[in-house]
Amino acid sequence: MSGHAIYQPQNKFMQWLEKRLPIGGLIHSSFVAYPTPRNLNYWWTFGGILSFMLGVQIVTGIVLAMHYTAHVDMAFNSVEAIMRDVNYGWLLRYLHAYGASMFFLAVYIHMFRGLYYGSYKEPREVLWILGVIIYLLMMATGFMGYVLVWGQMSFWAATVITNLFSAIPGVGDALVTWLWGGYAVGNPTLNRFFSLHYLLPFVIAGVVVLHVWALHVAGQNNPAGIEPKSDKDTVPFTPYATIKDGFFMAVFCILFAWFVFYIPGYLLNGDNFIPANPAVTPSEIVPEWYYLPFYAILRSIPNKLLGVCALFGSIGILAFLPWLDTSPVRSARYRPLYRQFFWLFVIVCVGLGYFGSKPPEGIYVILSRIFTIYYFAFFLIILPLLGIFEKTRPLPNSISESVLGAKA
Amino acid sequence: MSSAEHTRRDFLYIATGAIGAVGAAAALVPLIAQMNPDASTIAAGAPVEIDLAPIAEGQIVKVFWRSKPIFIFHRSKKEIDEAQKVDVNSLPDPEPDSERVKKGHDQWLVVIGICTHLGCIPLAHQGEYDGWFCPCHGSQYDTAGRIRKGPAPKNLPLPPYAFLSDSKIRIGETSATPA
Repeated sequence: MSGHAIYQPQNKFMQWLEKRLPIGGLIHSSFVAYPTPRNLNYWWTFGGILSFMLGVQIVTGIVLAMHYTAHVDMAFNSVEAIMRDVNYGWLLRYLHAYGASMFFLAVYIHMFRGLYYGSYKEPREVLWILGVIIYLLMMATGFMGYVLVWGQMSFWAATVITNLFSAIPGVGDALVTWLWGGYAVGNPTLNRFFSLHYLLPFVIAGVVVLHVWALHVAGQNNPAGIEPKSDKDTVPFTPYATIKDGFFMAVFCILFAWFVFYIPGYLLNGDNFIPANPAVTPSEIVPEWYYLPFYAILRSIPNKLLGVCALFGSIGILAFLPWLDTSPVRSARYRPLYRQFFWLFVIVCVGLGYFGSKPPEGIYVILSRIFTIYYFAFFLIILPLLGIFEKTRPLPNSISESVLGAKA
Repeated sequence: MSSAEHTRRDFLYIATGAIGAVGAAAALVPLIAQMNPDASTIAAGAPVEIDLAPIAEGQIVKVFWRSKPIFIFHRSKKEIDEAQKVDVNSLPDPEPDSERVKKGHDQWLVVIGICTHLGCIPLAHQGEYDGWFCPCHGSQYDTAGRIRKGPAPKNLPLPPYAFLSDSKIRIGETSATPA
């Protein structure tokens, strides 16, 4: 597949630079002339939105760190000082706190889009696995950032999550002491979490570069799930994809701004406005919404080691998805049965999230067990078997045919 | 020169690589060890002495040793009986009451107050077994601190401690003679 135009700088300085560092050409071929399938819909705009959110988190995070104090006696008060005393501190902190939620919202949409259109299939397996790694890093970063506030929920989230590692037979307890740097979550823990919370976003940025690199090698998937065959199937990234990405990013920012300016307390947990107290556990421990489905999976299993294995397994299984899905057809558009199982899977994930927010008793335990079984069955039983038994619909001959009909 | 022949360059290559690997492994030691508890944390984890006299019958007090909450439970006759009467083999983590307390001090139960599930602090005098109830994931402990119901796999752990007299204990070491 040929590109749409070759970079030829008119500017004298750019010509001079291009001979020494061809960065202009790299940007041109990656983000201007880069051919994108002409049938991309708005679900494909979340990659750009995610890059933007990473930028928002890094910028707001760096300035918040100028006012934050990572010490058990001062952390909580320094966060309150950011809210009350620092110029625009309230705005920066809410942007950062809701930025995390918007980041996860976007990544979940991005992942479900990949799942629906089979974006993880050959030749995009490495691209998908890099995405799973980014997601894992995001979870670790988000968790450690939440601990920095050093409220009650911060402290007990840190205690519960680090204790997950105590389930490992033999070395579990020694490992948890090592993570804590003490005999319980304390000042050493807070300090190292701050250090790592500052580091990991840059690690994420590095893996994002690999992710985009792998994307540009394999090319983008598209709603039809077939590869572009001619120049008629593609349009140049600029202006087509840039304007589409930019437009939907603006729409996404409206939602972001609505949270920040109109309902800033909506997702914040009341218990986290109480300073951390190692002597009292809050009556109900609930993680942030974006971890709730995994929390429900953990709680649905009445055995500590198996529960922890299921929790990590539910995320780790995503890395094996390219080989668990045996169907040669990518897009759910042409997979009538898969489409139904996919939407059921979405309902199960949202349902698990809801059960995770409820107390672990009665009907919620039973339902979260059933939903956990479906979660794993989707990957381990349904996807491998569907590839064998599903009768898929005929694929269009080309992307332009799928857009324009047979007359193309 | 054939490539299969061993040369001095091969030797240098392997020797340099080996030294590099050993050096990298040695450099990991301080990088990993610095995350373990430091000297002041260990020093602050020295044994503590607790006077039991003010603890009334039926009362559970919480003290701290090594940043961990320690429950000291002055058990009533009824609560001791409840703990002793249970069929040990029916328990998830079978341990008779006599192994949970010091000989001759049946009324004193001393346990580390950290749920063995995921580390929350259980609430005293709650749950179906008159012991503790963990608000996080619903584990229930009896009057000997043994797990009876819920996801926790083990009984509340016993800290090392010894009676200095009938009304005084030292938490942190098992011998009654001062260190």
